[in-house]
Amino acid sequence: MSRRIHLAAHFPGVNNTTVWTDPTAGSQIDFSSFEYFARNAERGLFDYLFLAEGLRLREHRGRIHDLDVLGRPNTLAILAALAGVTENIGLVGTLSTTFNEPYELARQLATLDHLSNGRAGWNAVTSSDAFHGANFRRGGFLDHGDRYRRAAEFAELSKRLWSSWREDAIIADAETGEFLRRDAVEQVVHTSDLFDIDARFDVPRSPQNRPLIVQAGDSADGRDFATAHADVIFSLHTEFEDAQDFYRDVKGRLAAVGRQEDDLKILPAASFVLGDTLEEARERSREIALAQVRPETAITYLEQVWNRDFSGYDPDGPLPDVDPDTGPESAQGFANRHAAVRSRIAKLREVAETEKLSIRDLIIRLTANHTFVGTPGQVAADIDRYVQERATDGFTVVGHLTPHGLDEFTDRVIPLLQERGTYRESYEEGATLRETLGVAGEPVAV
Amino acid sequence: MTEKVHIAVALDGAGWHPAAWREPTARPTELTTPGYWRDLVRAADDAGLVLATIEDALTLEGRTTESDAGIRRDRVRGRLDALLVASFLAPLTRRIGLVPTLTTTHPEPFHLATGLQTLDHASLGRAGARIVAGSSPQERANFGRRSDGPAGFPASGGVEDDPAWEAAFREAGEVVEAIRVLADSWEDDAIIRDVESGRFLDRERVHNADFEGEFFSITGASIVPRSPQGQPLITALAHQSIPYRFAAEHADVVFITPRDAEDAAAIIVEVARAAAEVREESEPLRVFADLLVLIEDTTQQAHATWNRLEERAQISTDARVVIGTAETVADEIRALAAAGVDGIRLRPARLPADLVAITEQLVPLLEAAGVLHQDDGAPTLRQRLGLPRRVSRFAAQEVFA
Repeated sequence: MSRRIHLAAHFPGVNNTTVWTDPTAGSQIDFSSFEYFARNAERGLFDYLFLAEGLRLREHRGRIHDLDVLGRPNTLAILAALAGVTENIGLVGTLSTTFNEPYELARQLATLDHLSNGRAGWNAVTSSDAFHGANFRRGGFLDHGDRYRRAAEFAELSKRLWSSWREDAIIADAETGEFLRRDAVEQVVHTSDLFDIDARFDVPRSPQNRPLIVQAGDSADGRDFATAHADVIFSLHTEFEDAQDFYRDVKGRLAAVGRQEDDLKILPAASFVLGDTLEEARERSREIALAQVRPETAITYLEQVWNRDFSGYDPDGPLPDVDPDTGPESAQGFANRHAAVRSRIAKLREVAETEKLSIRDLIIRLTANHTFVGTPGQVAADIDRYVQERATDGFTVVGHLTPHGLDEFTDRVIPLLQERGTYRESYEEGATLRETLGVAGEPVAV
Repeated sequence: MTEKVHIAVALDGAGWHPAAWREPTARPTELTTPGYWRDLVRAADDAGLVLATIEDALTLEGRTTESDAGIRRDRVRGRLDALLVASFLAPLTRRIGLVPTLTTTHPEPFHLATGLQTLDHASLGRAGARIVAGSSPQERANFGRRSDGPAGFPASGGVEDDPAWEAAFREAGEVVEAIRVLADSWEDDAIIRDVESGRFLDRERVHNADFEGEFFSITGASIVPRSPQGQPLITALAHQSIPYRFAAEHADVVFITPRDAEDAAAIIVEVARAAAEVREESEPLRVFADLLVLIEDTTQQAHATWNRLEERAQISTDARVVIGTAETVADEIRALAAAGVDGIRLRPARLPADLVAITEQLVPLLEAAGVLHQDDGAPTLRQRLGLPRRVSRFAAQEVFA
């Protein structure tokens, strides 16, 4: 039997891949943009809408980075608002295990699960640097090495809190005056060097029992966390063989913890460009890439890796022939661009030399290399192949425009996936996100 | 001329009487469902009420003075996060202000600030917050992060007699200040989308909060661009001198609990005196009087219902209780209006029953009597209350620089 394709709809974020210079680009913050995006994704029968989180505005050379989209909503508040204007689509947001506390985040996610009738999800991330910490009570309090330990205890505590109410806790018998059943709410006690909690949870059992957990880290620690706690992995492995290797590795770990292959879905991020012919799609892909990587974007990217001022360099010329500055980092809030810098630069040089790429083309290759480029039929066939041949369970699809980025995908690719018989024709009435995704809502292990 | 007032409603569980959930009109098994909250707030919105506050607490037993609250099974238990309930309601309502209760001791001020800004975006300018100071021992155990805080209400009843409460109010003040600074951190026109220069925003118009307090600090700007109201409406419930001073310093609306109209007039004087010391005249502080109401078609029915509730559970409340017909409540409101309050916040004894009575009987009566401020279509909650849109402090700096 053929495997079912699952798709998440990624609201365009604050990377250079979100093109704001396009005349059709809309607001990144007005509620109408979110509502439009969510309704369109629901029209396309996506499993869930996915939203990244902002904890601090990015900085470049000591100033706010002003080339890309900036400014976004509070994750939980916008998802709760979207629960009011959608019926079936899952609502998944990124939330830090470092700059939140289990009791509060668990009650917020349980609240979202109630308000959405069982469509809440949490992409658990483990950021811990002092730059982001400076906006929070305890600053950069957590050692890098403790990130995943805290995340794992946090997830475990959340699951215990979510299941601490018996499903039948509320009797509300007006005659006897009993509102709560006896022993309806279990005490959750947890003491370690990271937490010291003696809690009685205040949100009744939510429709999914526990909201969906998504995980994105790719390290060994990240994979272990996913194996133990996650329902979905938002991976970066989109190259076919690499994706298959990742799939085998991660799914291979599940049996040891008593989980099935389908209990953990792998939905890597994927971009797409469509055309009536392959040639037209490739031309559009090039146009979009040039808008995603403007000359100043390319230079800024290099400056972040090298930690140097490259304003005098020609973006259409070769890579700078200088060593990186290994002093204090001047770019903040980007994903590890300056990490392991020497080996990284060596790799960049190798790619640029082998493929004879200018600075700008190299950055296009790195950040604007569109996953699926072709006719709708080709893209649908490609996506299906990844799923049928166990490279992924589907994709987290991201467009390059807010809020219309997925309109074309919904109009032109989704019907072809449906024709192939591997994508849903409709949502199941009243289904929770777990049911839509087909991940077991197993009784929570405590 | 008749003095006019705004009408607000305070929503909590099955209503403000602890036995309200046992009434035949109650919906006790639906208190954490989206449909329950949608029905309540839409009814209030359709009736033209100016705002709805939503109670919250970070403990199972809620904010209670009952010493055995932790083990009681005859009270409503279980609630939803109020800020998220308000956010959910934002696109489902049109005019009503959405004012969730925020605890200030444990949550991250940065998250509270961005949550409120997002609520303001989603509601197109109807966001507010009811700020609560302090924490209970159970709250602290739930979070497990800090042990400082009040042990309970001081025996004297006066928070000024307990240094831990004084500290809690100072911290709540810092949280409000952080919310306001972060709301100001993006000036109105910071987003320029200048294709020519390739700049999405004008970074001269986005400012680090650089907030340094006694209890926490916040370095960066908000992640949320400036919202329709500029700053959300800040409200606080206050019964005594320290809370009055807190409200005078930090709030846009203060909810007071007068015994009667005369007491209301006295409190207004005290609040005004506190306000005169700490705020500009251009930033008025609106005073709303709280009334806990039970409304039936006849006075007799109302008292019979109240007695039934009280037999089942005795209420302990800070607010004046009004039991009777819609006329009875309207008379009280007229007296308080004459005493000078700007608005009334009604706490329905039973939900949804007393909210239905408010929207279907009381509001039309007040309208007919000319006591009610008509909705003049002002675009935001602040403006509807006659409060100015706050200019970003950073924009003001530039003018004077």
